[in-house]
Amino acid sequence: MRKLMFWLIVAGVVLSAPAQAKLRVFACEPEWGSLLAELAGEAVSVDVATSALQDVHVVEARPSLIAKMRQADLLVCSGAQLEIGWLPQLLKQAGNPKVSSGPGNFMAASQVTTLEKPASVDRSAGDVHPDGNPHIQLDPYRVLAVAKALSARLVEIDPGNAALYQQRLGDFESRWQSAIKGWEAKAAPLKGKAVVVHHSSWVYLLQWLGMREIGSLEPKPGVPPTSAHLSSLIDVTKSGGAIAIISAAYQDTKPGAWLSERTGVPALVLPFTVGGDDRSKDLFSLYDSTLDDLLGVLK
Amino acid sequence: MRPLPIAIALSLALTAAVDAAEPPVDPQIAALAERIRALEANAQALQKQAADALAAAQAAQAELQQMKAAQQDAAVAAVSAVSSAGATGASANAFNPAIAVILNGLYENHSRDPVDYQRAGFPLVGEGRPGERGLQLGESELSFAANIDDKFYGQLTVTMENEDGETHTGIEEAYIETTALPEGFTARGGRFYSNIGYLNSHHTHTDYFSDRPLAYQAFLGNQYADDGVQLRWVAPTETYLEFGSEAFRGSGYPAEGSTHSGVGAKTFFMHAGGDLGIENSWLAGASLLHADTVDGEDGFSGRSNLFLFDFTWKWAPRGAFKDAGIVLRSEYFVDDRDGLVRDAEDPEALAEAWNGRRRGAYVEGLYRFSRTWDAGYRYDKLWAASSGPYASDFDPRRHSAMLTWHNSEFSLMRLQLAHDEPQPHFIDNVLTLQYQVSLGAHGAHKF
Repeated sequence: MRKLMFWLIVAGVVLSAPAQAKLRVFACEPEWGSLLAELAGEAVSVDVATSALQDVHVVEARPSLIAKMRQADLLVCSGAQLEIGWLPQLLKQAGNPKVSSGPGNFMAASQVTTLEKPASVDRSAGDVHPDGNPHIQLDPYRVLAVAKALSARLVEIDPGNAALYQQRLGDFESRWQSAIKGWEAKAAPLKGKAVVVHHSSWVYLLQWLGMREIGSLEPKPGVPPTSAHLSSLIDVTKSGGAIAIISAAYQDTKPGAWLSERTGVPALVLPFTVGGDDRSKDLFSLYDSTLDDLLGVLK
Repeated sequence: MRPLPIAIALSLALTAAVDAAEPPVDPQIAALAERIRALEANAQALQKQAADALAAAQAAQAELQQMKAAQQDAAVAAVSAVSSAGATGASANAFNPAIAVILNGLYENHSRDPVDYQRAGFPLVGEGRPGERGLQLGESELSFAANIDDKFYGQLTVTMENEDGETHTGIEEAYIETTALPEGFTARGGRFYSNIGYLNSHHTHTDYFSDRPLAYQAFLGNQYADDGVQLRWVAPTETYLEFGSEAFRGSGYPAEGSTHSGVGAKTFFMHAGGDLGIENSWLAGASLLHADTVDGEDGFSGRSNLFLFDFTWKWAPRGAFKDAGIVLRSEYFVDDRDGLVRDAEDPEALAEAWNGRRRGAYVEGLYRFSRTWDAGYRYDKLWAASSGPYASDFDPRRHSAMLTWHNSEFSLMRLQLAHDEPQPHFIDNVLTLQYQVSLGAHGAHKF
């Protein structure tokens, strides 16, 4: 039995692959993976921990993620306690001081001002985030602020490629700025329009577009929709003139469909992040797809 | 009292004056005219107020537009202001450790009196025995955790338990761990749960069932924690590979007597894991707990080797275990002893030599059919030794089934039914109702 243990250990060591020379980045969410592709291209290899079809609030600290974290030179996450249920465990088990703190630990929400920062926190109010709403990826101005900070971080960690990172940031910024102009012109008809949301994950998008949230399918953030709460939304949805009931790709579509059936207001599944629908292949197409879907219900 | 007569006198005088100056008017009409005049004045005042309010609103709107325009800059500005923003609100308690409390209560109904409970071939050790009958407070847990400085992390977990009407406070875990060792190494020292097997390093509040598998009860007294040191290493591979070793004092079952000047137990463990596609993930491990025991709780003195093999497989549609999924887990134990066994009932009797093996295993499955409901089944079996002082022809076995309702990730209610056959013709049917909640800091759980 002891011999077996010995050979298992030997086999494990032999299987160990040589370390990679390229900068390796662990991105918690697809939007940051996509941003890294814009800012660093082939200069880094990116592991994206979650997909648009998973709720990043609740992800399992899987062994494969520990293995990826072990080899990372940089960690890029939303922060603001979005990943609190799994990220600390990955860091604790991976034993990689490069990303557990210091420059290798990059939290996007810390680079911008967050909305909905509660004055006091109590779990009876649902799953509230003491550091504010972490779902910042659908405000293009915040994304740009994160891009600038992330690019500076890449330069700090990998000075050898500084020129490349700076050039790519400049390129991204000019394309992004002109895209924002296009999006804002296109989205003008959405201004002042009301929506019912599934989870409080759309504040940044709605604020940017000047839209209003008049109700939420979740009675409290993170608490699954109940039939009593949904019934109470029927009147609000109708009288508030909601143009759509929006949910993210990973969310249950049943509550939205239920309310849609009773109010005639269309239920709309938005990609929420890169990979959330067939069209959202990167940050640009994520915004294109989101706006087209929203404008689609106005017709 | 004085103003009243004066007012009366004044009004009388005024009325007299009006009467004298103008042609007589109906006093009612005069009063009406007076009221209209007052209302007109009032309306004028209101109009002015409204105009003021409008101006204020327009000013506010202008300010809002300005703020909106500035907001784009503000989002960017936060980058430079981040360090100062982080510092604001820092008070004396900003460095308090994360505090988490686990509360746990049970109702247990046993068809047989737990006092009569004996396990054929496996003396009851540690906390590896059935619970009490009736309503009871389970183990309550209080834990503090924080980074100590740039190189160390510390955690203290205190438990409070009721035993025979007395409250016992115990240190479940108290350890420090490195956070800055390079190349995937982590070292730990203090009192902690050994990393052998799967369940052993997990706190019981993360289990799917209200009690530990029989193999854990029989071979580890429920769970093995001891004072010691640990070194573990994660390999830089795409497949998760972890190797580690521990040295313990050897003061808890199965290692007792703190031999070798207080380094009485050693462990070796390895774990491997990975994903198969996006919906399947697995974790497997092999571990050894080696101890030199003196006067163990089961009367054993000598060399004890416990081998543990564990395997876990999780499946979740789209990899989102929150709403649905399946977990299958199994652990297999081989307990290999060479030494002497003294009869605990009769210390004067001659010790009996024993060299033999016993085995144990469990298989459990969990089906999560919605975000709030889990159902699970577990089968336990122990294989007793065929010769020696613990020899038994009967192999204890148990079936358990459970249904759990989660209101949120912080609270659950569990119904568990068990059919336990620890010895021939002794069947204990157990119904357990349990609540378990966590307060305070949001825990991050292992896979």
